[in-house]
Amino acid sequence: MNKKDNMIKMKSVNKWYGKIQVLNDCSLEVSKGEVIVVCGPSGSGKSTLIKTINGLESVKSGEITVSGISVTNKSTDLDQMRSKIGMVFQNFELFPHMNVTENIKLGQMKVLGRTDEEADHKAKALLERVGLTEHAEKYPSQLSGGQQQRVAIARGLAMEPMAMLFDEPTSALDPEMINEVLDVMVKLAKEGMTMMVVTHEMGFARKVADRVIFMDYGKIIEDAPSQDFFGSPRSDRAQEFLSKILNH
Amino acid sequence: MNYNWDWGILFRDPYLGWMISALGWTILISILAWIIAFSLGSILGIFRTSSKKSLRLIATCYVELFRNIPLLVQIFLWYFVFPELLTDDWSRWVKRDMPYPALTTAIISIGLYTASRVCEQVRSGINAVGEDQRQAGRAIGMTEVQVYKYVLLPNAYRIILPPLTSEFLTIFKNSSLALTIGVIELTAMTRQIEEYTFQGFEAFTAATIIYSLVTFTVMALMQQIDRRTALPGSFSKGAS
Amino acid sequence: MFELDFSVIPANSSLLWEGIKMTFLLTGLAIVGGIILGTFLALLRIAKIPVLSQFSAAYVNFFRSLPLILVIFWLFFLVPLIVGRPVGAFSSVLVAFILFEAAYYSEIIRAGINSVRLGQLAAARAMGLTYIQSMRYVILPQAFRAMTPILLTQAIILFQDTSLVYVVGLRDFLVSAEIVANRDQRLVEMFLFVALVYFVFCFAASLGVKYLQKRINNEL
Repeated sequence: MNKKDNMIKMKSVNKWYGKIQVLNDCSLEVSKGEVIVVCGPSGSGKSTLIKTINGLESVKSGEITVSGISVTNKSTDLDQMRSKIGMVFQNFELFPHMNVTENIKLGQMKVLGRTDEEADHKAKALLERVGLTEHAEKYPSQLSGGQQQRVAIARGLAMEPMAMLFDEPTSALDPEMINEVLDVMVKLAKEGMTMMVVTHEMGFARKVADRVIFMDYGKIIEDAPSQDFFGSPRSDRAQEFLSKILNH
Repeated sequence: MNYNWDWGILFRDPYLGWMISALGWTILISILAWIIAFSLGSILGIFRTSSKKSLRLIATCYVELFRNIPLLVQIFLWYFVFPELLTDDWSRWVKRDMPYPALTTAIISIGLYTASRVCEQVRSGINAVGEDQRQAGRAIGMTEVQVYKYVLLPNAYRIILPPLTSEFLTIFKNSSLALTIGVIELTAMTRQIEEYTFQGFEAFTAATIIYSLVTFTVMALMQQIDRRTALPGSFSKGAS
Repeated sequence: MFELDFSVIPANSSLLWEGIKMTFLLTGLAIVGGIILGTFLALLRIAKIPVLSQFSAAYVNFFRSLPLILVIFWLFFLVPLIVGRPVGAFSSVLVAFILFEAAYYSEIIRAGINSVRLGQLAAARAMGLTYIQSMRYVILPQAFRAMTPILLTQAIILFQDTSLVYVVGLRDFLVSAEIVANRDQRLVEMFLFVALVYFVFCFAASLGVKYLQKRINNEL
């Protein structure tokens, strides 16, 4: 694999919250166009891991680079870098005082410097892509959870990111809304977006993930191509986890 | 800046004596007004949360009346207007024979004003204890008075200790309004010293230090008491 | 009880009206200045740099421990000294009010900022918005929306506090009424009138705030 295709690279990352080590010597590589699923029990550090990639969480030691730019280097302009990576949160975190279209336009206008018309045009195109055109003028509180999360994905895409990070995107949703969000994510993956997704949705993982990373107690226990992981995981821990999760 | 500094001025007679007596008036006003505010305010707080509509109405009217008129205006009403509205005998007594008229008026008006604020604090404390607690008390047969005495008030006062301390400190600061009717309390004294000696900076600084020190000390004391009286398992709300 | 003669009020209506205008002018300017300075102090307080947040905390605690009258005296005395020449009571008093009320406003605004969910800041930063942009477009708008009733209540308190300009003789509503009272020997009528006007205005304003609070609660 050509080194230049490395979109995200993490090397020997460690992090502590007080005395507890939440990330323990974590290393991984994500190539352009790859879809990685990160899974593991609660408290395994998977959310923290993904948040270090765009610098929302700091690290005590180790290196992280995104498309060649170092995240861990103190001189890097993190704001600039964040505009190139999209992030979708578990609780959607749409801005409640703005309507759907304004939510999607804010970053475009204030960070990317697009004009109002450009941003508006793009917002409408994205809403169509996620299937929410008729809700353009609505406020987040007027939408269902699944609809809000789709808007959140559109908001991330509006920045035309090199990669998208998803932190448990469906965990806060009622079961009947999970699929509408996963469908959008599957479509995104098929279109070639580099994605790193923290999730429990193993069906999604099986369908779209190129690789699966399994974490426990802050360590990366397994990092395998998805057929290998689901077919015959090597570690006992991963097997145990899978059996519990897949018996739903 | 044209100014002659003389930091020793306040330690010289008679200015030191003046400051101490002024501070004495400030403290006296604060304590007596607080006694009025706390007792009346507690009663009103109980009325405000009582099951009897008439009591609630009385308390609400009191609070709204005393809360929507500036304290200074209230002081003037008590000092200038009230005596005129009394019958001739009482009117004469208040205006001439009552001892320390300005001081008494200041204490009563600041006390009555603050009672309305204490009432609201007590009300919020009782509400924080909760309707469920009240019903639990009634359910075992306690009268309303008993419910207040044994269930609601003990917990309510613990909860509102920080905001009540704030109210006391507010009285301490509001004592300065007494200067408008001639009481030479701490703030008035600094002005007086400034007019006599032109050493305003020093005088104002002294008063500033005293007010800040008192606030700081009272708050620190309150935090200690709060920590010690907090119910196990509860956390005290920060001072408001 | 003697006869009350309220005719002295319409007879002096222009003087009283000037007084009311002064009260409103001072209140309005002090609110604007207080909120601006208060917001600035609140932002300093939550900054990650210890020097800034300590300064803000010290400022707030200091001004909240002093009586407003003392602050008014300080500024009345200090401002001409610093500027080097006599300055009108209005400027000194206005500065005093802004410095004083900002301490109270900053606590309200700080609580408002803290009430906005942390995730909102993360979402804004994740898009690449700078800290200042996140505050300006995402956090502060939400904070102010939530805190508007309390800010308005503080404004009503400020409105009442302006009566303290009495101590430096600035001609607000109360002082104007007192001038009429002393000149025409109508203390009872004038002070009752002042009390009534303040009561009606503040009571109506507080009802307005209650109504606003209900509407905000229903929107959430």
